[in-house]
Amino acid sequence: MTNTITDAKRRYGYPDLRLLMALQTGDEKHDGASTSTLDVLWVLYEQILDVAPERAKDPERDRFYLSKGHGPSAYYAVLAAKGFIPVAWLSGFGDVESPLGYHPDRNLIPGVEISSGSLGHGLPLAAGTALGLRAQGNGARLVVLVGDAELDEGSNAEAIEFAGAAGLAALTVVVVDNHSTTWPWRGGVQTRFAVAGWHTATVNGRDHAALARALRRREAAAEPNVVVADVGAERAA
Amino acid sequence: MSDLSMREQFAHTATALLDEDGSVAVLLADISAGLFAEAARRHPQRVINLGIREQLLVDAGAGLALSGMRPILHTFASFLVERAFEQIKLGFGHQGVPGVLVSAGASYDMAQAGRTHQAPGDVALIDTLPDWVVHVPGHPSELDTLLRAAVGGERPAYVRTSTQQNAQPQPIDERGRMTLLRAGSHGTVVAVGPLLDAVLAATSGMDVSVLYAATVRPFDAATLLATLQTPDVVLVEPYLEGTSARCVSGALAHRPHRLLCLGVARRELRRYGTPANHDRAHGLDPAGLRASLEAFLNAQCVGGTSPS
Repeated sequence: MTNTITDAKRRYGYPDLRLLMALQTGDEKHDGASTSTLDVLWVLYEQILDVAPERAKDPERDRFYLSKGHGPSAYYAVLAAKGFIPVAWLSGFGDVESPLGYHPDRNLIPGVEISSGSLGHGLPLAAGTALGLRAQGNGARLVVLVGDAELDEGSNAEAIEFAGAAGLAALTVVVVDNHSTTWPWRGGVQTRFAVAGWHTATVNGRDHAALARALRRREAAAEPNVVVADVGAERAA
Repeated sequence: MSDLSMREQFAHTATALLDEDGSVAVLLADISAGLFAEAARRHPQRVINLGIREQLLVDAGAGLALSGMRPILHTFASFLVERAFEQIKLGFGHQGVPGVLVSAGASYDMAQAGRTHQAPGDVALIDTLPDWVVHVPGHPSELDTLLRAAVGGERPAYVRTSTQQNAQPQPIDERGRMTLLRAGSHGTVVAVGPLLDAVLAATSGMDVSVLYAATVRPFDAATLLATLQTPDVVLVEPYLEGTSARCVSGALAHRPHRLLCLGVARRELRRYGTPANHDRAHGLDPAGLRASLEAFLNAQCVGGTSPS
């Protein structure tokens, strides 16, 4: 049969992702940190990012920086579904011989653009990459995924202010907002970006059409873009 | 020779590299921005002043490297290495991309500014990370050679500039080899970067070897071993005392030896004044070095046998 989840020739769709996640944990229930990003990741890899496994070294490829490296099983599931990594890798999640750790390492996993796990690095790294692409006349896009609580880290403030002032229009930040920050910002996450001159949108983080609309390339934009993907507050465990 | 300071020479060499190589970029955090004003006019997309944002300085530098460019990052040592240390660890080493960090304000260069502007632990901190190259030039012309080597290299590099410098440059071995300046039979003094002149003055008339190091990581154990006679070694480093002790101990692990580490003491002085005041306080002026050297080299080994 050719319809088993691990078949190498199979094409995967969104309904397969939870099974691919289950291969990693042996459990079809997942913590909020990994499932909160699932829809955003799928929309990015299915509809938005100009990336492919065979173009890993192509300078013109779009870049996706998973800054919020916690709970990466949804990310690994999408990378497997899109052919960046073998589905067979998933069951080794966290094992000593496995390239798939609890935080991703770009030196171990094809298609992973940054190693993350410590919060507050992906956006400043992306600001630098945006500067580098601009200096090289490279029109590739950069999408960074952060969590709402990750924005507590002050390093993000340095990058948000600078990217707005410098007009890093190639940069899109997706804030997966599961309302987990201990001290929420008055006015919502997007206000932090708006005052720094970013284009902002807040959408339902489970609505694929709305996410795709907000994440689409904005031609001739002069400012960076933030999409707050509201996935609602996590249920108490 | 040029009469530029080391920091001015840094701007001069970095500007030349910007002119020569379209993949070189300079990232600043306000410090020394004036020295790069002309370069920024010529290369507005590759000379970027981020403002007073050191965490961004280091991560954005790593991000530039991820895009295939060769970043040079610069600010005072205390903010570059200490404030943004996790960015250094994760942005360069963990991502696995090269970059060149160039500091100003070495140890107590800014003696009057006090502890907030002093980072004698800079090299020791970088030394907790694998595979870094560390250059400690003692003269602007050495800086020129070492910065070019660092920017052309494939490993992350830390280049420490200082206001203190030697009167004359030494020939620089781009492979990072130490230079034997004096050969003697009663011990070896390793002088690092800007402390060379003080070491030469302190050892005047003494029967010791003097090795000069402008590159301390990787540490050139081979030259130390090849030139060593009496296995008494004195490290004289312009930053935290003992920073390279592990390298000397490792090189001499197979034979009995004695090691004296001189450098900037751990204790906080809580004094202002001049770098010369601090040299004396830490025993790094010629008289202080001479006293330490004589006490160490003339001392009997524990157990009563003198070194042969």
